[in-house]
Amino acid sequence: MTDDMTAIFRDELRDLLDSLERGLLDLTSNPDDPSLINQVFRDLHTVKGSGAMFGFSELAAFIHNFETFFEHVRSGRLRITPEIIRLSLAARDQIPGLVDGTADPDGQRDAILAAVTALLPGATPVPSEAPKVEADADTAADLHAADEPGSDEPLPDASARLEFRFVGDALGLGAQPEIILDELRALGATGIVAALEDVPTLDALSVDQCLFSWSMDIPASVKESDIEEVFVFAEADWKILREQAADTTSQGHDFNLDAPDVTPPPLADTVMPVAAQAVDPAPALAAVPDHPTAAQMPQAATIRVPAERLDALMDSVGELVIVEARLTELARLSRDPALMTTAEQITRLAAGLRDATMTMRMVPMRSLVARFRRLVMDLSANLGKPVTFSVLGEDTELDKTVIEKLADPLVHILRNALDHGMETVAERAAAGKAADGVVELSAEHSGAEVLIRVRDDGRGMNAERIRAKAIALGMIGADATLTQQQILSLVFEAGFSTAAAVTELSGRGVGMDVVRRTIESLRGQIEIDSALGRGTTVTLRLPLTLAIIEGLLIEVAGEKYTLPMASVHEIVALPPEKSAAKRGSDFLDIRGSFVPFLRLRHLFDCQGDAPSEQNVVIVQSGAARVGIVVDRIVGTNQTVIKQMSKLHSSVRAVSGATILGDGSVALILDVGHLIGNGRVAPSDTAKEAAA
Amino acid sequence: MTKTVLTVDDSPSVRRMIAMTLEEAGYRVIEAVDGNDGLAKATSNAVDAIITDQNMPGLDGLGFIRALRQTPTGKGVPIVVLSTDSQDDLKAQAREAGALGWMVKPFTQDKLLAVIRKVLG
Repeated sequence: MTDDMTAIFRDELRDLLDSLERGLLDLTSNPDDPSLINQVFRDLHTVKGSGAMFGFSELAAFIHNFETFFEHVRSGRLRITPEIIRLSLAARDQIPGLVDGTADPDGQRDAILAAVTALLPGATPVPSEAPKVEADADTAADLHAADEPGSDEPLPDASARLEFRFVGDALGLGAQPEIILDELRALGATGIVAALEDVPTLDALSVDQCLFSWSMDIPASVKESDIEEVFVFAEADWKILREQAADTTSQGHDFNLDAPDVTPPPLADTVMPVAAQAVDPAPALAAVPDHPTAAQMPQAATIRVPAERLDALMDSVGELVIVEARLTELARLSRDPALMTTAEQITRLAAGLRDATMTMRMVPMRSLVARFRRLVMDLSANLGKPVTFSVLGEDTELDKTVIEKLADPLVHILRNALDHGMETVAERAAAGKAADGVVELSAEHSGAEVLIRVRDDGRGMNAERIRAKAIALGMIGADATLTQQQILSLVFEAGFSTAAAVTELSGRGVGMDVVRRTIESLRGQIEIDSALGRGTTVTLRLPLTLAIIEGLLIEVAGEKYTLPMASVHEIVALPPEKSAAKRGSDFLDIRGSFVPFLRLRHLFDCQGDAPSEQNVVIVQSGAARVGIVVDRIVGTNQTVIKQMSKLHSSVRAVSGATILGDGSVALILDVGHLIGNGRVAPSDTAKEAAA
Repeated sequence: MTKTVLTVDDSPSVRRMIAMTLEEAGYRVIEAVDGNDGLAKATSNAVDAIITDQNMPGLDGLGFIRALRQTPTGKGVPIVVLSTDSQDDLKAQAREAGALGWMVKPFTQDKLLAVIRKVLG
């Protein structure tokens, strides 16, 4: 067994553990769903089978014993209870340790097995069954373990004859007489003769049957078990006729090929004698038909590909898109119609390839959600706050890189929701709320973004307290005028925490500022909304993909920049009266609503005069809109995002760079940051505008 | 001529193990993830032997064998059923469904090769 294969097994095991956990947690709400019970059973079964296969015999033995217990559930003799789920999850949690060969000094594994055994109906502490798996393994190691005692005794006589014929539709089942004959020849058979008496006329011939019978001389040293081995995969009647001086020869002569008493045990028995002691057979199968239902995920035909290969493919496609832009540009300059047509085709193909590649990288939220269910369940138990956790939009897909990086922030947000957000049972009762709190995780598409929300119906956030604390910490001035949104957003600032006592749970891990940084590193945004006494909603807005976006190319003072097209709302001309350069931001009247705008020339400290006619690109993120004054709109382009180097990681206004068709570099502007800049306008400008 | 073996198993690691072992021995291997996939691949490829798991989501091993034996190309292909189940009635069912043989997991690479040589030569 190579390390490679063991690695594949470990990969698979991770999926199985997820699936097992999801199945068990789903059983909490649907304890009687046979398809869920079957799914859990099958997962256990696969862990056991594959584990044994890859040499994890301790794992296989443990799971085998647990599976024996779970079989009672599957057969309907035992109903799922919270206790069974708890023990099953505990058993599941032992699996990684068993694979890594971690010792179990506290005897947890035995304790789990003992606890489940105690649950069996009428079972006074039955000693957990001896690890039968090992017995399985031993017997199975010898495929031809059919030896019956006595049949192996070497025979002293000089020679023997073997006669055989196939029974049933041997050819239809795939038995191959020539292989059988080869094997017999290898045992020393000579003088092989086919008897054709039983072959019917052509019209009665069946292609599935082999109607020859064969006879041959075999050395006397050939044992019956050798012959059994030859016929292990072919059902045949066979008989050895020993020509022993001491023996009566008559026995040999009344040999009848069809005599049932000389038929060797059917193949199945021959191969696997261990079956005889199989515990607990048929009823389970009959009781719970193993049909997939809606509760199970559809099993699409899939290929498992290492993530790096997908990343490499994406890189290549990114490069292709860049070169394609260059080609299109050259074709346009050449004015050669044939070249331009070809370039157009390449553009189309590259776009198709890009879309296909990006789709490949999309992973449903489901893969992430399983662990949250467990987290919420554990937290709820630890904190003594009963909650109903629901998940909406599990099938919403996101780029795998985004999904991977989302795990920690979401864990933190969920912890906050339960630990700080949710009241205690007593507090809820006092507030006239249902005893069970509600925590909801939802995901949905919105344009080129995915919105992920964590909503709770807890005590909500106290904006006044946050404000007071921010003033005390010197983060804002005592007279600052902030909207409710802006005040709540202060909790994302580094060093801000309103929790007087840092509890064990929420005190660990990342703070909210780290959450925001992670989300922003994914080119996403985080928003928080809360009503005192009614609950809090944290919304994450994330781009569908990190690799390639549709961009709007703009020019400022001879330099090109890209804005993500998804955030561009509209483009208007800058009114002449506003073009007079003022510092900072200003306001535009867009169909009756005031939109602040800022001038990139000022922001980037550009020299020289602005052109007489400038445009304003209105960008939007969430509810906020800001105008960005640019010299010129160049057009749209496929923006392959290249990360900025570590050196530039502190530059907030720029989220990355892209390479244009002519080989030059354009910086990608961070719209979220620009909007922040435009909104927190110098107060004097705002006052002027208001005046 | 290279012989082709179809392995039908929902466990990627078992599939991979079978494929690597058999490919090393010079066989061509096609992989299928469950009974339905197996049926599609067994009918669209020329397959010389099939190793199938019993316990699979969707269409299980026995269902797969029964369905395959109904198809015009499905006759005469040796099928070996793999499973951790070692129950007598399952073996009888497998036989009835049209399996040639039965092999219990876990198995070693040597044993797998021995079985395949036995059914394919």
